[in-house]
Amino acid sequence: MPASSARAPRRRSLRWIETRAALLFISPWIVGFVIFTAWPVINSAYLSLTDYDVINDPSFVGLDNYVALFEDPKVGLALRNTFVYTVMSVPTQLVVSLALALLLNSATRATGFFRTAFFLPKMTPPVAIGMLLLMLFNGQSGLVNGFLGIFGIDGPAWTTDPAWVKPGLVLMSLWTVGASVVIILAALRGVPQELYDAALVDGAGWWRRTLRITVPMISPTLFFLFIVDSINALQSFTEAYTAFFGAGNTTYSNDAALFYVIYLFRQAFEFLHMGYASALAWVLFLVIMAVTAVQILVTRRFVHYEGRNS
Amino acid sequence: MKRLRRILTWAALSAIAVAFLYPFVWLVSASFKPRGEVFDHRILPETFTFDNYLQIWREAPLALWMANTLLVTVLAAVTVTITSAMVAWGFAYFRFPGRNLLFGVVLATMMLPGAVTMIPVYLIWNSLGMVGTLTPLWAQNLFGSAFYIFLLRQFFLTLPREPFEAARVDGAGNWTIFTRIALPLCRPAVVVTLLFEFQAAWTDLMRPLIYLRDSSTFTVPRGLKALLDQFGFGGQWHWEILMTASVITTIPMIVLFFLGQKHFLRGIATTGGR
Repeated sequence: MPASSARAPRRRSLRWIETRAALLFISPWIVGFVIFTAWPVINSAYLSLTDYDVINDPSFVGLDNYVALFEDPKVGLALRNTFVYTVMSVPTQLVVSLALALLLNSATRATGFFRTAFFLPKMTPPVAIGMLLLMLFNGQSGLVNGFLGIFGIDGPAWTTDPAWVKPGLVLMSLWTVGASVVIILAALRGVPQELYDAALVDGAGWWRRTLRITVPMISPTLFFLFIVDSINALQSFTEAYTAFFGAGNTTYSNDAALFYVIYLFRQAFEFLHMGYASALAWVLFLVIMAVTAVQILVTRRFVHYEGRNS
Repeated sequence: MKRLRRILTWAALSAIAVAFLYPFVWLVSASFKPRGEVFDHRILPETFTFDNYLQIWREAPLALWMANTLLVTVLAAVTVTITSAMVAWGFAYFRFPGRNLLFGVVLATMMLPGAVTMIPVYLIWNSLGMVGTLTPLWAQNLFGSAFYIFLLRQFFLTLPREPFEAARVDGAGNWTIFTRIALPLCRPAVVVTLLFEFQAAWTDLMRPLIYLRDSSTFTVPRGLKALLDQFGFGGQWHWEILMTASVITTIPMIVLFFLGQKHFLRGIATTGGR
């Protein structure tokens, strides 16, 4: 529509009125973004180049923190622990939650009850999960080893044997797959019934239908969970910190549970190495970005988006 | 054959449900057992006792921890819901230059690991003299939160524009349109936001660990960790006390779930959770 010269200024002012109204609504986020995101990001980058203990002023040390970080054996240990945990827990969680969702989807009765039962553990505060881990996986008298004992299996010392600490954490994490089950279940309900009807006509069995129809159709959801779960696993903190670290825990310091964020947290708030911890945070950021990028590149071609060609 | 499969499915689901629920049963049962019987794996305690609850009440300022947590949780949930809804409405309803770019920044902040901003944000609260108080645990929510802004904006975008334009013709201002029409229409998403943040604030351990020093300011999860350090690592492993404390920390969340079950499950199914 060609604007007449008389109307142009009025339209511009109307547009400004709308912009001003929008900015008023958005203003809380803008203020918060500047104070609690933009400034901290800049300050964190600066602090990572300094020695800073909160009490004395930061002193500039250049890239010393980053150099020290590469030579710190604890950083290597923490990275290894975190990767091992992520590689063990994320695929296991994904497979278990897919299996549970498929099972739930094929049930006809009491599905509401089962869904609630699977989801409820997700409501448990992570600090209580950390504590439950110590009790359920207690080597001598825990519930898990008691259960294994029924079958004559002598369970390991999950919470004290370094080789079994991470498997214990992985098993414990399976207790809270409920949210993933709910998400996958919603995706399963969205798969068109015609596809199954057609497959049935062709005589495809349950396995074939699941592998050829269900999994491709919900692959965007599985892909999403894979990425998000990995990002979360790389930042695991509360359960392992509760169970294996903290005040009074001098005899119990457990290298096998030292995750990256736990090490970062201790450097920052227990030893007040704020500069070093900031450098650790930036390395974590880069690691997460790199892992996510690789995951997207490698798995993207297995993801099927309905209505698109590639 | 079909019948057999149905029975097998049902049996498998039941077995798994027992496995998922049994830790709760075991925990609650253990909290009523005397010290020597905690690990006897009986479903019903052989000797039934309230002593653990009485002892934890004597040893820890539990009522105070509950009050602290409730205060933080309510403030966190209410403020984040109001401001996130405002911001979401700003992005969903109005058209202005740079809107998509700015919203892209909102989404980008979700990608930033908390560890990067954790230290500078601590320094801000430290320079304000607020370390040791409950304020840093919720006050950031006054500025909205990217995840909820995203969630609420998605919901606002599904609303038809006609009711708003009609109200505007009738002379309603922007604020009236937002509070009287948009928010009520958006109730399901508002409830999901309240519930999610209530859970997040109640269960958080990292921030209380960073900001709280004195036992009288502790939240329940921070208190639970302190009890573990005191009765576990630092003492004689009083499992019965720790189990009782775990029960007390978890029960409010179970209650919350049953109060908002429908909203919780729908919220997680539609947003992909957190």
